[in-house]
Amino acid sequence: MKKSALPDPFAQAREAKGYGTVEDQNDPVTMLLRLKDVRKTAKDTKTFQSGAVPGRIVVPSEVSIRDTRQIPFEVDPPMHGEYRALLEDWFKRPEQPTYRESLEEIITELVDEALQMDSLEVMEQFALKLQSRALTLLLNIPYEESEIWIDWGMHVFRSEESALDGSKAAILYDYIDEQIDKAIASLGDDLYSTLLRSEIEGRKMTKEEVKGVMILTFAGGRDTVINAVTNSIAYFAEHPESLARLDAEPEMTTHAVEELVRYFSPLTHMGRVVTEDTQVCEHAVKADSRVSLCWASANRDASTFENPNEVILDRKMNPHVAFGFGIHKCLGATHARQVLRTLLAVLAAKVKKIEILDYKENIEDWEEFQRKVGYDSIRVRFEGK
Amino acid sequence: MAKITFITSDNEEIVAEATSGTVMELAKENNVNGIDGDCGGVCSCATCHVHVAEEDFEKVGAPGEIEADMLELEDNYNERSRLCCQIDMSDAIDGVTLYVAN
Repeated sequence: MKKSALPDPFAQAREAKGYGTVEDQNDPVTMLLRLKDVRKTAKDTKTFQSGAVPGRIVVPSEVSIRDTRQIPFEVDPPMHGEYRALLEDWFKRPEQPTYRESLEEIITELVDEALQMDSLEVMEQFALKLQSRALTLLLNIPYEESEIWIDWGMHVFRSEESALDGSKAAILYDYIDEQIDKAIASLGDDLYSTLLRSEIEGRKMTKEEVKGVMILTFAGGRDTVINAVTNSIAYFAEHPESLARLDAEPEMTTHAVEELVRYFSPLTHMGRVVTEDTQVCEHAVKADSRVSLCWASANRDASTFENPNEVILDRKMNPHVAFGFGIHKCLGATHARQVLRTLLAVLAAKVKKIEILDYKENIEDWEEFQRKVGYDSIRVRFEGK
Repeated sequence: MAKITFITSDNEEIVAEATSGTVMELAKENNVNGIDGDCGGVCSCATCHVHVAEEDFEKVGAPGEIEADMLELEDNYNERSRLCCQIDMSDAIDGVTLYVAN
């Protein structure tokens, strides 16, 4: 097995019965493993609710550590559509040429830096910086602000000891409260101010609603982007021919990003609360219980994907769900895609070879399933062209 | 060179032509409202959903199995639904009209 490989721990259960079960703080979760079941469930927002008690649809549940509702992710129709419509245009900004140029500058600087170093630890010294700096573009705030987020370290939402650390999360929440107050005092062109100016149902958005959007923006794009960036570098370390091919055929980059995201599936799964007794893949689920849509398993479903455990960079048909599916599909997907497309282009242009020197895998523990989602740390050496 | 007519949900008519690429790419280049093509054309995001005009459906053809699986869960699905990232530009589809589904 290659060091950069992410094995599929769900294959057997997916084929045999279609679901798994995980115990989560006395509120168990039925994990749906097949692509068609995941898609169908994601589309059925009536039976499978997102707007439950704040934090409940997240696995592990965050009910005990937060009260703020993340928006629009923890809201159901029709209100969901109202919020989403307010946010769509802003989160499409990554397609603008000026945004893309700024992103290219950020990534080029990091790759140039890496090429100068004897070796670097990718998570801390590359991916964390990249994610934090790119986030200043998404929020449209000064680049320097990223220094604060980099100083928070890898895990502002969870500590080394616990996946759920309320005191750690409080750092982010206090920070966002402060930023909202600052924006109220002096409205600008940043995301906070844009939200504060927005109207929903004929009234201004409340501070709590703005906070709900901002927490989601920070939390949703942190680990996911960091893992996707790091996993990409590990992949190219073991597939230098792919890097050379991307350099020769840059038009392949879009397909390559979709394939890498399918293969990595940076977010393993996301939950829903069942509103009425029903069944999923012929398995009964009770009202008020939880199911999860396991994107990572769905993305390896051999009934749709040929050779699902191989990275085929120019895969033409790739109906993956790595950014979710249905109305709650990832709001930051345009930004994430642009980050990865730019990263691939810059790596292909500048890097000849990457060597993995040392690494420690990050294995998520979902009881019967142990899933590698990326690395706790990975040290590499870059070699330029 | 094939010419395509897009009709958006607010009845704007856009005529565009190309010799290669996909219909989704053509729609994006011409800023056809309601065609986002988020995934870049790999049949993953379903944001390029169109209804083929009745008289043109035979020319364009039916969706493949994977595309059909995507489409049947979409809002505004009908029997002439296609994801236009899966329709290649070619002389064979010259003159067709596509109604943007979203």
